[in-house]
Amino acid sequence: MNRAAASGIVRPKGTRQAVLRLLLFAALALFALYYLIPLLVMIATSLKTLEETRTGTLISWPREITFEPWLKAWDSACVGVRCDGLKPYFLNSVMMIVPAVLISTALGAINGYALTKWRFRGADTIFGLMLFGAFIPFQIVLLPMARTLGALGLAGSVTGLVLVHTVYGLAFTTLFFRNFFIGVSSGIVQAAQIDGAGFFGIFFRVMLPLAPPAIVVTVIWQFTQIWNDFLFGVAFTVGDSNPVTVALNNVVNTSTGVKEYNVDMAAAMIAALPTLLVYIVAGRYFVRGLAAGALKG
Amino acid sequence: MRRLERWLPQIVVAPLFAISLFFVYGFIAWTVYISFSKSRVLPVYELAGLARYEQLWATPRWYVALSNLFIFSSLFIAGCLAIGILLAILLDQRIRIEGALRTIYLYPMALSFIVTGTAWKWILNPGLGIEHLVRELGFTGFRFDWLIDPNFAIYTVVIAGIWQSSGYVMALFLAGLRSVDDEIIRAAAIDGAGPIRIYTRIILPIVRPVFLSSVIILAHLAIKSFDLVVALTGGGPGYATDMPATFMYSFAFQRSELGIAAASAVMMLVTIMAIIVPYLYSELRGGRR
Repeated sequence: MNRAAASGIVRPKGTRQAVLRLLLFAALALFALYYLIPLLVMIATSLKTLEETRTGTLISWPREITFEPWLKAWDSACVGVRCDGLKPYFLNSVMMIVPAVLISTALGAINGYALTKWRFRGADTIFGLMLFGAFIPFQIVLLPMARTLGALGLAGSVTGLVLVHTVYGLAFTTLFFRNFFIGVSSGIVQAAQIDGAGFFGIFFRVMLPLAPPAIVVTVIWQFTQIWNDFLFGVAFTVGDSNPVTVALNNVVNTSTGVKEYNVDMAAAMIAALPTLLVYIVAGRYFVRGLAAGALKG
Repeated sequence: MRRLERWLPQIVVAPLFAISLFFVYGFIAWTVYISFSKSRVLPVYELAGLARYEQLWATPRWYVALSNLFIFSSLFIAGCLAIGILLAILLDQRIRIEGALRTIYLYPMALSFIVTGTAWKWILNPGLGIEHLVRELGFTGFRFDWLIDPNFAIYTVVIAGIWQSSGYVMALFLAGLRSVDDEIIRAAAIDGAGPIRIYTRIILPIVRPVFLSSVIILAHLAIKSFDLVVALTGGGPGYATDMPATFMYSFAFQRSELGIAAASAVMMLVTIMAIIVPYLYSELRGGRR
């Protein structure tokens, strides 16, 4: 029997089938439009002149394309009282994300390895307790974290945010690597042990070379989560140390002067670009991360 | 040396576990303690029993936040399930461009809502967005001003929330549908069951576990919703679209009512635990076999 019948649809032949197929595509296309419209609106509006944002409508394409709003959003739009555009905040996010992603991924890898391939007593309990940290509402840690950052002298700093994201990313990175390493045969570990390899030797020479799929999923997941974070950024940084999401929110909600919607949209696009590019290039790994987030790893 | 080697796994895990004990469990304990204390602007370690909780439950704004959470989560979960399942079934029909469509349906999950909220704000803005567009088309009496109407603003949050998360449900269900054994479907088709019957009577009941995990994930997302509200309405008009997450933030960082903020955070944690702990427990149990 062919795959058509097997995939669940018993398809009557002839015109009726053609009509059904057409309806199916129409429905799928309509949904695609529904999801795409906000993005299209953002792109179109960010390329319009200020004049045209007022005269045109939501879905009209710009009559003449201008990159002025993008330039302004990048280095001269006002965020609060400072008018240097999103650039400094974008750099804050970059400074924050590189160490936070690397450290949390590295720690998650070794933790996941130790918890699965060296199953000492209590390993499952430790994992369960750590995993819970991935699901708490972060409101429950905001107040003590603010005080701890203050005590460490990291209040309002990008370094403080690196610490916060590393600590609360650990549960997820451990989960990803545990789910991966649990599928790696323990026979490999035993063979390496007989050859005289130790804990770290096996990790670096046997496990890591196997782990690129898990590393890619984890890095992409952490990158997306940390870049998109707003709650920690708004709670733990002030003014100059804001990450780009917080700065964007300030640009959009600045109520003084003429509202420049085209600049707002350009600023939103700039803040979105890193995660959007990662998603376009490596979307399937992001989806795997989502699936693991549902714990079906 | 040998002895050290023997303990290495524990030595590596111990500091990481300690970090989690301190930053997760220690911090939870601190917040719980503060919620039972006399703290107002600054943390005070003198206990005050349930005073902060009584104050919280006597705050009208807290009731607004709770009723919004109730409206939001029920419509959000129902909407995401309906659209997600429909899309999963439509995509299950051997579509050649399935990969591209899936990418489109899921991208809102990859972007910050602070970003996409900027677009939604514009689309829902009466003077600029849909209302303006429909009036330009000639329907001058058309009104769509939910965003600035205190009684309806929460529904705009629902619309945007469903837009953002329904693709996730689609992905979960599509994976579920694909895992159903072809033999069962073939047997039903031979017995003369039509496509609708096959889906409603056979396939969907088989993927029932996906319903459960989707509802739990969506409820979890709903309770944590923060960016969504901040970006779209800022909790307004007034505090008409406040939710527990924004309520807590505003009492902690804007109004400096630490005790009440801590009490509201504890209420959030308890709600999430009631949903997630049994789920985690059964998942980990199942995974061990």
